[in-house]
Amino acid sequence: MKRLYIYLRDYKKECVLAPLFKMLEASFELIVPLVMAAIIDTGIEQGDKSYIVNMCLILVALGIVGLVCSITAQFYSAKAAVGFATKLRHALFAHLLDLSFTEIDTLGTSTMITRMTSDVNQTQTGVNMVLRLFLRSPFVVFGAMIMAFTIDTKSAGIFLIAIVLLSIVVFGIMAISIPMLKRVQKNLDSVLQITRENLLGVRVIRAFCGEDKERKEFHQRNSELTKKQKKAGFISALMNPVTYVIINIAIAYLIWVGAIQVDHGVLTQGQVVALYSYMSQILVELIKLANLIVTVNKSAACAKRVADVFDIKNSMEFKNCEKLSLEKEDIIEFRNVSLEYQGAGDESLSDINFSAKKGQTIGIIGGTGSGKSSLVNLLPRFYDATNGEVLIGGKNVKHYSVKELRDKIGIVMQKAVMFEGTIESNLIFGKKEARQEELEDAITIAQATDVVNAKGGFNASIEQGGRNLSGGQKQRLSIARALVKKPEILILDDSASALDYATDAKLRSAIKNLSYQPTVFIVSQRAASILHADLILVLEDGRLVGKGTHNELIESCEVYQEIYYSQFPKEVQA
Amino acid sequence: MKEKNNKKAFNPMENKKTTQKQVVGKVLRYLKRYWIYFLISLMLALITVVLTLYVPIEVGKAIDEIVYGSVNFPVIRYILFRIVLIVGMTAIAQWFMSILNNKVTYEVVRDIRKDAFEKIETLPLKYLDSHSSGEIVSRMIADVEQFADGLLMGFTQLFTGIMTIMGTLVFMLRLNIGITAVVVLLTPISLFVANFIAKKTYTMFQAQSKTRGEQTALIDEMLENEKVVKAYNQEVEVIKRFDEVNERLEKYSLRAIFYSSITNPATRFVNGLVYAGVGFTGAFAAMNGTMTVGALSSFLSYSNQYTKPFNEISGVITELQNAIACAARIFELLEEPVELPDRKDAVVLKDVQGNVVCNEVAFSYDKTKKLIENLNLRIHPGQKIAIVGPTGCGKTTIINLLMRFYEADQGEILVEGEDIRNITRNSLRSSYGMVLQDTWLKAGTILDNIKLGKVDATREEVISAAKEAHAHSFIKRLPKGYDTVIGEDGGMLSGGQKQLLCIARVMLSLPPILILDEATSSIDTRTELKIQSAFQKLMQGRTTFIVAHRLSTIQNADVILVMKNGNIIEQGNHEELLAKKGFYKELYESQFAAS
Repeated sequence: MKRLYIYLRDYKKECVLAPLFKMLEASFELIVPLVMAAIIDTGIEQGDKSYIVNMCLILVALGIVGLVCSITAQFYSAKAAVGFATKLRHALFAHLLDLSFTEIDTLGTSTMITRMTSDVNQTQTGVNMVLRLFLRSPFVVFGAMIMAFTIDTKSAGIFLIAIVLLSIVVFGIMAISIPMLKRVQKNLDSVLQITRENLLGVRVIRAFCGEDKERKEFHQRNSELTKKQKKAGFISALMNPVTYVIINIAIAYLIWVGAIQVDHGVLTQGQVVALYSYMSQILVELIKLANLIVTVNKSAACAKRVADVFDIKNSMEFKNCEKLSLEKEDIIEFRNVSLEYQGAGDESLSDINFSAKKGQTIGIIGGTGSGKSSLVNLLPRFYDATNGEVLIGGKNVKHYSVKELRDKIGIVMQKAVMFEGTIESNLIFGKKEARQEELEDAITIAQATDVVNAKGGFNASIEQGGRNLSGGQKQRLSIARALVKKPEILILDDSASALDYATDAKLRSAIKNLSYQPTVFIVSQRAASILHADLILVLEDGRLVGKGTHNELIESCEVYQEIYYSQFPKEVQA
Repeated sequence: MKEKNNKKAFNPMENKKTTQKQVVGKVLRYLKRYWIYFLISLMLALITVVLTLYVPIEVGKAIDEIVYGSVNFPVIRYILFRIVLIVGMTAIAQWFMSILNNKVTYEVVRDIRKDAFEKIETLPLKYLDSHSSGEIVSRMIADVEQFADGLLMGFTQLFTGIMTIMGTLVFMLRLNIGITAVVVLLTPISLFVANFIAKKTYTMFQAQSKTRGEQTALIDEMLENEKVVKAYNQEVEVIKRFDEVNERLEKYSLRAIFYSSITNPATRFVNGLVYAGVGFTGAFAAMNGTMTVGALSSFLSYSNQYTKPFNEISGVITELQNAIACAARIFELLEEPVELPDRKDAVVLKDVQGNVVCNEVAFSYDKTKKLIENLNLRIHPGQKIAIVGPTGCGKTTIINLLMRFYEADQGEILVEGEDIRNITRNSLRSSYGMVLQDTWLKAGTILDNIKLGKVDATREEVISAAKEAHAHSFIKRLPKGYDTVIGEDGGMLSGGQKQLLCIARVMLSLPPILILDEATSSIDTRTELKIQSAFQKLMQGRTTFIVAHRLSTIQNADVILVMKNGNIIEQGNHEELLAKKGFYKELYESQFAAS
């Protein structure tokens, strides 16, 4: 958590001034009962009208000074908290974007988004509250006690006891009810879950006539929730009555002791009234303090989660960067490459060896989970091989700068993704300076001309995540986006799965005829898509079980035969 | 989203007031069962308020007896004893009131949720398909919660608040009219100030939440697709965009937070003024002998209490309004018309052979766009019917109609010669076994998930079904085998594994008619080949509907329906259709198209 303090560094002044002014305000507030005591004891007793007027003016003056102090404090604390959150958000966002794929996978998108949004906001609230109240509330509580001591030690003892008792009750009830509320939350989550399930699985549930079973289950969870809520409410409902009793018994006892002291001539009537006022102030502030502790606790938990993200470091090493040259004939080579994802417990790729020549088309085929995507993800260094070497242009990919490497490689991922904006802004995502002809060329090659036309031109707007596009449209546009870069290595990772076979074929033929002749990797589950590749890699359970052309593999590779004939039944072949 | 809902709830109504009244009326209907508790709670609230206000008077009386030289100990002791008694009673009343309120609130919420769930179980799929599940869930969870907090808690708060104000007024008037006037005249200033600030800050908060929304959208988009951002080296560019929004957010947030935080000091200041005013007038009154010092101290204590409910009430009213909006959204859901119930004389389907007939069926989701028209089918027991065609051509729609998830607009569908509208839904649906493209699993064990098809199945039956579906080998390898708990929607399982579980489910229930809607789309072709053999066995003697993308899987179907734009344009077996040289042949050959 300490590492978050640096984002407050620029607000040292504010962090000191905010609580300071708050304390000043509280001090002025604490003087008020004394002034009132003076009015009663001196003013009323002696019938001194001008004294009363003066004292009341002092009360108003105290109010004004308090107001000014308080507003100043609020400003400084808001400034510090907001500034802190802004800097923190920037740093966190930059940090998240700096992580490698391995860390992105472990963290998960939804976690990252929560850290960036609600966790940072809650941390901001925490900082703000601490600056405003963390000093003020204890100051008022103890200040009231100290003031009481200056008035009369004997009666002040009651304050001490009352504060201790109230603290025990307030914090005790909170300590008991917070875990109970957590359990309530759990029960609520389970009600939420069954609701979601019944909405998402409505077809299956109705098809299997499971409605009655679900009803029973829901009813049971719902009643359990109500039971837990009532139980938690039973305890937290104690807070107000118990504190009320304590404070009023303390007041009664205070008056009793006060009466004795007045009788002895130690105290005046006005001072008893002042003591009474102080006692009333304590309760309000103690409850504020208790609520504050809840907020701060929550914020601290959020801050810790944010700090934990900062502790995650990019696991990739970046060595001295050499110039990337793709002139070599053997452009890509895998030497005994293995890959084991973090925490997977088993290798996703084992001992892969192959080499590809410049301008070739390499097809990769295999069942689900056979390691096809893992293999191509090693090329732009999304992941590092656990063993062995991935060579591009004759050198290990680790020797190049990631930026240069990724500039030369165009990868179209399995999940086609578009950003909010226009078709054009999406196409130039990788190459801001692309000319209009380049965009048009890319669109033609990607068989996306009809998509652009259907949407109404290059300036047609794209909604977030490409919601207003179909799967096939997204796939074609994301292929076009990669083509705009004119990459020297083009990777299509099962990126034509939503296209019909005819369009898929046209796309492949257009890519084959590209003027700049990139080296192309095509990952697919369809035998038809890779049939004509110069080199076909057949993967099974992360192993390379076949490599060669279609004609070679259909003779020699059993896995390839099985895949092929499952899609092209033998009798039809003839 | 929420705003949109609001509009939906209110716009069609002419007068917002009457709508609110209607909503409150509906809420009261839920409260009816608990009216006695509610009444007791209100009475307890009244008692609490009166007693709480009475304490400062007693304290004041006691203080009056504390005069140097003539302290009246017996009277003080008597008064203090009374105070303790009153305080004890107040505390008990307060506690009971809270418990009663909790009871009523939580139980009303429970009742509403129960009704809402019942709704979900009986709503037509037409509604569920056209509303996002997130929206319905948020109505059932968040809206109900907020409604409960706001409406019920808010109401008691409002009630106690008003009672406190009136009670204070009465007590103060009895003590001294002049000073009461000072309090009554000065306190509205605090309300005025609070209101003024709230109005001023409203636009700032709006600007803040708008910018925050913009930022969240950016964060969402960029982190969701971080891999693409990195693949295109766009990190720096993205951070630049982020910073621009971030700086704007800083500006708006600072304003919103700072200006809104003035409210508390400002109201405290006004309270201070009231306090000084009471002190001033009170001191003079005491000097003239029209009031005692004790009464003055009671007044000082009142002047603090009097403003509090005002501030609370203004908060409560916005909360109440919010709660009514939430309630309106909930009732909107609760009042949705449900699926047509089974007819009283509906028959229970027995001994299903697999005779399915469609006569001139027409259907479309959007009544302005025609989809399925003149659908005629005559299917005999044991036939395999494959439905093929491009996406969006209505393949899945036929299944929706067969299962009676949707009702046909025209024509009739007969199973075993009986119109499906005359058959109980349960018996109709349990005649079908369905494996869908969208695999759906519930949170629970693997065993429970497979047993969904047949609740009373034994473990052995489940395992043998899993073996037939080729799911046994991967289930075995899970940490706890069949007792492994999987999260919502399958969690750690791959798409293919989930599909295998759904297939096992049907293997277990063995219904007379099968529907396989892209049942093997997430499974690689080799595993599919193995499952096909299991399917073959399953399909033996069963009428089967197969929707498929890959044409290789349906070549041996008895009838292939080729659909395009909602119409069946070709019909026949594989060889016949190829010979026709029509759309089917085109589809079929595109598979082999070379580059």
